[in-house]
Amino acid sequence: MILLKTVNLRKQFGETRACDGINFVVNKGEFLSLVGSNGAGKTTLVNLISAHLQPDSGQILLEDRDITFTTVTERIKAGIARSFQIVNLFDGLSVFDNVALSIFSREGKAVKMASLAERDWDVRREALEVLGQFGLTSKAEVPAGGLAQGERKLLDVAVAYALRPRLLFLDEPTSGVSTHEKAQIMDTVSSVVRRGMVTAVVIEHDMDVVFRYSDRIVMMHEGSFLADGTPDEIRANKDVASILLGAPLTT
Amino acid sequence: MKADIVSLRDRSLLRPAAVLAAILFVLILLPSFVETYQIQLVTYGLIAAIAALGFNLLLGYTGLLSFGHSAYFGIGAYAVALVVQHLGPHSMEFYLLVGIPVVAVMSALLGYICVRHTRIFFGILTLALSQVVYSLALKLYWVTGGSDGLRVPRPTLVLGLLSFSGGHGFQQFITSYYYYVLAIFVVAIIFMWVIVHSPFGKALQAIRDNEIRARFLGLRIRRFRWISFLISGTFTGLAGILWVPLNGLTTPDVLYWTFSGEIVFTTLLGGFRNFTGPIVGGIAFTYLRTYAVATTEYWQLLLGAVLVALVLLLPTGIVGALSKAGQRLSERNR
Repeated sequence: MILLKTVNLRKQFGETRACDGINFVVNKGEFLSLVGSNGAGKTTLVNLISAHLQPDSGQILLEDRDITFTTVTERIKAGIARSFQIVNLFDGLSVFDNVALSIFSREGKAVKMASLAERDWDVRREALEVLGQFGLTSKAEVPAGGLAQGERKLLDVAVAYALRPRLLFLDEPTSGVSTHEKAQIMDTVSSVVRRGMVTAVVIEHDMDVVFRYSDRIVMMHEGSFLADGTPDEIRANKDVASILLGAPLTT
Repeated sequence: MKADIVSLRDRSLLRPAAVLAAILFVLILLPSFVETYQIQLVTYGLIAAIAALGFNLLLGYTGLLSFGHSAYFGIGAYAVALVVQHLGPHSMEFYLLVGIPVVAVMSALLGYICVRHTRIFFGILTLALSQVVYSLALKLYWVTGGSDGLRVPRPTLVLGLLSFSGGHGFQQFITSYYYYVLAIFVVAIIFMWVIVHSPFGKALQAIRDNEIRARFLGLRIRRFRWISFLISGTFTGLAGILWVPLNGLTTPDVLYWTFSGEIVFTTLLGGFRNFTGPIVGGIAFTYLRTYAVATTEYWQLLLGAVLVALVLLLPTGIVGALSKAGQRLSERNR
């Protein structure tokens, strides 16, 4: 069943066609990887779908509802959340507060000013549950600015996940961490996402990671889709191999 | 899961309440030990603390540096003065009843314009709008008294139960008014403390730390900044309302941009990275300024030197430096 569909989505920066008529389909419940070299248009596509950018033309449909011109807030309400390539956290707030704020916002409670944030027991329980799922419970009271890089990447995903989206975009959730940590992060993220029945679209460069965790892989090149298939199909695809020349294709 | 909930340390309300009670105890007993002049100074200090507390909701918690908070202080003061001129009852409660809505509405109006921008553009807008208010107070002399300002006689307190005329009126007024301001000061502190620890306060800090991410949590950034501005301006306006009966006179000086600078200075002196900084700053600055003026005619030079030293040596202000020293001490004792 189709959750999200883009129709002929275009975005141009000067002469560069970052998205050149993209027809992108995300099915409900899948763990999809978006791959391609730098500048292929992956982040632009995610920016368009999350309303960080406005498309030049084309349509974005969430379960047949046209959301092309809705605001960021409306899209989050509709169930689209995202994390960022460069970690975007609230460094002055505690790890707990970072996640709790997602929940306050989702519940429409962020405007409450006559009660103490940490005395909202429902939010507190849920925030600690999310932190537990991401293995961050012991860091709950640490300021987010004081976390190690791997933990920051996890918290970044946790903050987006706590919005309880139907569709979660993760922009390079393992960039900038060691190979060892990469596996840990992806294990955690994929298990939480699958257990929470969240549809996930992950931008990732490490093909080992991509082949191991994805249900489906979409490859972009110069603003267009080059290939779309299961990990096995992609592995067998000659075009993909030539683009990824230099990157090992074994798992 | 139960264990997880317990694992977050319950921040007890006991500690901040105990600190507040201890300071309050000292402040309540103060008039028995010091002369009227000192009481008057501390009252000015408490009023400055309320102003800085409001200002710091914007600077410390929302990340917006206003250079025009004199406008809200001045609007509060002039609102009271105009009430005295045109409406009659010399009652402090009446001043508050009229003054607070006036500063709230003006903060909402001017704030709506200012929060359309951030950083230096926000600062310039607040400065420009406050200068507009200043010019109006100066030029519309038939309403505002121009550079002579408007006089405000001593009001009655507590619904007219306390009135101050005759020979000993001044001394009685200062002591009573001190307690009056102290009571409002305590309410203001509690009010502000709850706001910065509420979900709304956390959202403000999130917007300060990372605007883009806050937007991607679905927070309507500009509206949060606007409400923050409204509360901030109203607090500073409340300080203006309390200040004018004590001063007996309001002139356009309290609307001028240098007075906005004093509010910024006050907050930096105490420290804008923590809740108590502006409160300590309000009292410290009042004393610093008073003694600088009494010591030398080049008092502005002296204040300037203190400001330079402050920024270079104590960037986190008095409270920031003290809490750092306290931390070091407790680590050594461990």
